[in-house]
Amino acid sequence: MAGEATQAIDKAELWGGGRSPFSVSYGKMMMWFFLISDALTFGGFLSALAFQRHHLADAWPITEEIFFHFPLTHAHLPLLYVALMTFILIISSVTMVLAVEAGHRMDKRGVVKWLAFTVVGGAIFLGSQAWEWYTFISGPDGLWSTAADNASLTSNPYGPQLYADFFFFITGFHGSHVLSGVILNLIVLIRAIQGWYDKRGHYEMVEKVGLYWHFVDLVWVFVFTFFYLI
Amino acid sequence: MERDDIIEYSLHAHHSEEEGKKIRKNIMMVTLILSVITTVEVLVGVYWKDWFSSSATAWEIIKYSYIILTLIKAGYIVMIFMHLGDERKSLRNVILIPYAIFILYLLFILLTESNFIYTVKHLLGWV
Repeated sequence: MAGEATQAIDKAELWGGGRSPFSVSYGKMMMWFFLISDALTFGGFLSALAFQRHHLADAWPITEEIFFHFPLTHAHLPLLYVALMTFILIISSVTMVLAVEAGHRMDKRGVVKWLAFTVVGGAIFLGSQAWEWYTFISGPDGLWSTAADNASLTSNPYGPQLYADFFFFITGFHGSHVLSGVILNLIVLIRAIQGWYDKRGHYEMVEKVGLYWHFVDLVWVFVFTFFYLI
Repeated sequence: MERDDIIEYSLHAHHSEEEGKKIRKNIMMVTLILSVITTVEVLVGVYWKDWFSSSATAWEIIKYSYIILTLIKAGYIVMIFMHLGDERKSLRNVILIPYAIFILYLLFILLTESNFIYTVKHLLGWV
């Protein structure tokens, strides 16, 4: 995409003032700033997880023995549902890129179509995450009603208490980001349908929420690797 | 209320239908790469004990390849999906260098230190 960023501009003019030296708008720059700060927050949580996980390596449970449930079946399918959730989020990221690409061609119908798919994908991920929490909390016997073997912030039937704490905190913090992302995408979708961006002449707002959505996907890739796989 | 002092950089970013086709093809390729990497990761995670008979060094190698594969996936997502590859080099550096310093180094040092504490705990017989 040939933006102004690919043009070579003389340094004195670029840094001389009155323009962005990075050739990006204020809104996009601020979104990148926020993403870097949020990345450091998640990095902090994941580092704490990494430390405790190795510190307590003897007692740390094996994820395949806990996350083997799949909705609507009693089959033993280790990590399959989590892998499916990862795919859904990646695909919603792909539909988001396609929405941005349609925006670069001022194709309003394309933007609306792909953005709608992204919202749906995000909502499916949220529902799946809620189901995962429900299954995790129900404990090894699979029943919510037996409070004795349920997992919470104060009791963990699977292993060390910190395992449950990190599960709820990290996936919960990520889930709240997905929720806010879905809400933002919905607002931008409605405005795109109403023609706000068509009138403006560019779909940069779709790009900006797209950056946030890709960040959410990126964090999930890291959480998936460090919590479930390693 | 119209402001005439704001430069709309995104107006230059538009592209035509033919360029759009090439870009969409690129996006599909990257999607395929990400899906294949994720599938391989999950399969190895579930079946590695059957394939490598539960050896400790095999697990070490698998762990490090997971981290490398995750970084490759992150690279594709940031450079192509987030279009950082299309931005100015100065902006790329502003974003990627702090990431490398703070997050990657932080993860490395935490794994190192937790390993040390684990070893010391065992040596002292606290475990």
